[in-house]
Amino acid sequence: MSGGLAVGQQTAPAARRSRLSPMTYALIALGALLVLSAVRVITGAGDLTSTGSVQAALTAAVPIAMAALAGLWAERAGVINIGLEGMMVLGTFGAGYAGYQWGPWAGVVFGLLLGVLGGLLHAVATVTFGVDHIISGVAINLLAPGAALFLSKQFFADAAGGGQKQSPRIQDAEKVSVPGLPDLLGSIEDKRWFFVSDLAGILRGLTTQVSLLTVLAAVLIAGSAFVLWKTPLGLRLRSCGEAPVAAESLGVNVYKYKYLAVTASGAFAGLGGAILAVTSGQFRDGQTGGRGFIGLAAMIFGNWRPGGLATGAGLFGYTDALALRGSLAVHALLLLLAIALVVVAVWQYREGAPVLSAVSAAIGVLFAWWYFTSDGIPPELVGAAPYVVTILVLALASQRLRAPRAVGEVYRRGEGK
Amino acid sequence: MRTLSARSVLLGLAAPLGALLFAVLVCALILIVSGHSPVTAVDSLLTSASRPRTTVNSINSAIGYYLAAVAVAIGFRMKLFNIGVDGQYRLAAMLSAALAGAAFMESLPSFLRVTMTVVAAMLVGAVWAGIAALLKVTRGVSEVITTIMLNAIATNLVAYLLNPDRLAEAVPGSNNISTRPITEGGQVPGIAIPGSTSALFGLVFLAVAVGVGYWFLFGRTRLGFEIKATGLSESAAVASGVSVKKMVLLSMLLSGAVAGLIGLPQLLGSSHSYALDFPPGLGFIGIAVALLGRNHPIGMAFAALLWGFLDNSSTSLDIAGVPREIVLIMQGVIVLSVVVAYELVRRYRVRAEQRDVGRALAIQKSPEEVSV
Repeated sequence: MSGGLAVGQQTAPAARRSRLSPMTYALIALGALLVLSAVRVITGAGDLTSTGSVQAALTAAVPIAMAALAGLWAERAGVINIGLEGMMVLGTFGAGYAGYQWGPWAGVVFGLLLGVLGGLLHAVATVTFGVDHIISGVAINLLAPGAALFLSKQFFADAAGGGQKQSPRIQDAEKVSVPGLPDLLGSIEDKRWFFVSDLAGILRGLTTQVSLLTVLAAVLIAGSAFVLWKTPLGLRLRSCGEAPVAAESLGVNVYKYKYLAVTASGAFAGLGGAILAVTSGQFRDGQTGGRGFIGLAAMIFGNWRPGGLATGAGLFGYTDALALRGSLAVHALLLLLAIALVVVAVWQYREGAPVLSAVSAAIGVLFAWWYFTSDGIPPELVGAAPYVVTILVLALASQRLRAPRAVGEVYRRGEGK
Repeated sequence: MRTLSARSVLLGLAAPLGALLFAVLVCALILIVSGHSPVTAVDSLLTSASRPRTTVNSINSAIGYYLAAVAVAIGFRMKLFNIGVDGQYRLAAMLSAALAGAAFMESLPSFLRVTMTVVAAMLVGAVWAGIAALLKVTRGVSEVITTIMLNAIATNLVAYLLNPDRLAEAVPGSNNISTRPITEGGQVPGIAIPGSTSALFGLVFLAVAVGVGYWFLFGRTRLGFEIKATGLSESAAVASGVSVKKMVLLSMLLSGAVAGLIGLPQLLGSSHSYALDFPPGLGFIGIAVALLGRNHPIGMAFAALLWGFLDNSSTSLDIAGVPREIVLIMQGVIVLSVVVAYELVRRYRVRAEQRDVGRALAIQKSPEEVSV
């Protein structure tokens, strides 16, 4: 973080090779799926790849992915946004307010707009007044839940079905399925074949009864990737996060792009909150439960890239979903984590980092030992998984992570050095 | 000694007072728009403040807020954001409560029991903060991210440990769960205040001692100077032989140790056990209080008192028919506007100084030089 101390920071070496090809990614995904099916067979935890788990994972992942996308937009323009949590809270209230009166889609729009307000507040503080980004974010996280609770008392206390801390019920958004596919995949899934049934289960989860909100989220992630990396606007916006002074010297209006980015960030965070409220049927106080922070974690996990953050959000959503589906599936997670760490250890060794490799191998062995000596994980600890994974990624693979160079720095026009 | 001119004093006070005024105005506006009377709100707040009981409760809350602010400020002094004060506090309060309530402690003398509880809390806080410090100095991982993650992990860990199968037991007659209650020998007696039913926490002296220690560390010791120097300019500190890694470790451990103390005044003074309803979020209040008090030992004390007063008199608002959440909005607005105000004052001060320098140079020049 450039705003703080530079001690211990490691600059990522210049890319030695071009980015991995889509083929490589496909192979990695295939390998992961093979491991997953193997673990499913070994542990007998059918929930690992069942349709229900995948559907639940998708539902849990969408708000996290939206928060991560919000973080991506802000940080790519050089503004750290830890106010995501607060902006999500505003989104949940907005969805509750408009959702119960005019339907789920009005709720989504209204939540998004309230998120925009939060984003604008952050932009005014950090861009116009040059306040430290972390401080402004913390302030928004203090302000937003208070405001949401105040408004909830104001509007929901007397509404039918509402209360002081919750809104009346909101109707859920429409769900769609790919026609014909579910029955076919369902019959394959029931066969319990190695790999084939697992693949069928996952595909069925991804194509059956998918909420339109999930589709919207997927479109937005792909759209963000396009806008940020394939258009002049995206190039300029990212230049503000890498080298604002250089961008300024080339005639980019840095303030304008930062405002745009942080406002968009607020919009995505608000949308994430709104989707959360709509899919869970109402606004409740404290509903976000740290998802803004998990989103931030997913973004870092994904190395500040749309595909990466979607993967991160998917993984975190998956652990969430498994936690709800019984101890057998959760127990299998330990083995998965151990295998992943051993893979990391091998990779680190080949990268020429024997110490890190040894550390990951040791932690991996610890997880494996935990798996073989216990018959379940306490459910309270499962919630910590996304956070532990993020810390492990930061600690063990940080040489592959690269944040935008000028993220967190306060930029003043005309004062560049 | 720094010279205090009238201007610097005025400018120093302008920001916090201006921010307070702004926050009051914003809240008054919100109340008017939402159909409540700001006059009633202010009136009920002031009436409530005049009751001795509210005053004592406000000071009691302020003790925890002050400790939280000092923990945050130690990090701030060297540009370290210890967002994790909250997690460090909760984990330390929970584990030290379990220790203080444990059966084997009951045979020990009271002084030893309390000392052990305090030391345990400081150790737990320091260890939890130390993880972030270690990752920062060895792997360069931002402490903001790790402490946010560690907060969440602490939440899960506390939920795991606070279970009748582990360190806790069910509270009879309710569905609350708490650690084993601390018997009298492990408690710190309160100070009775005439006219008030609640007593002042005995550990108020701990907070004062921490405040004095904080002042002494940064005002009188080499370590404090080096921490401050690192915060002001990392490269200059490195050039003069300061080991930044050592400073990061030390200040983070120190910050965590103080964070560990936050829950103790309440734990040993009134609740005597760590239960599900132990107040969360104190670490974040600490950030707000440290900002409002500008990391100054006395400034933070005033800010903590203001926060404590707002929290404790807010219940009177509900009675007066005004939603008490307006206080939360007010606190948020105060934090946001006070940091903006400090920035504006800083810019004004820089400009005023430049003007002074320009004027002083102009006087020294003779008319011929100027005309050339």
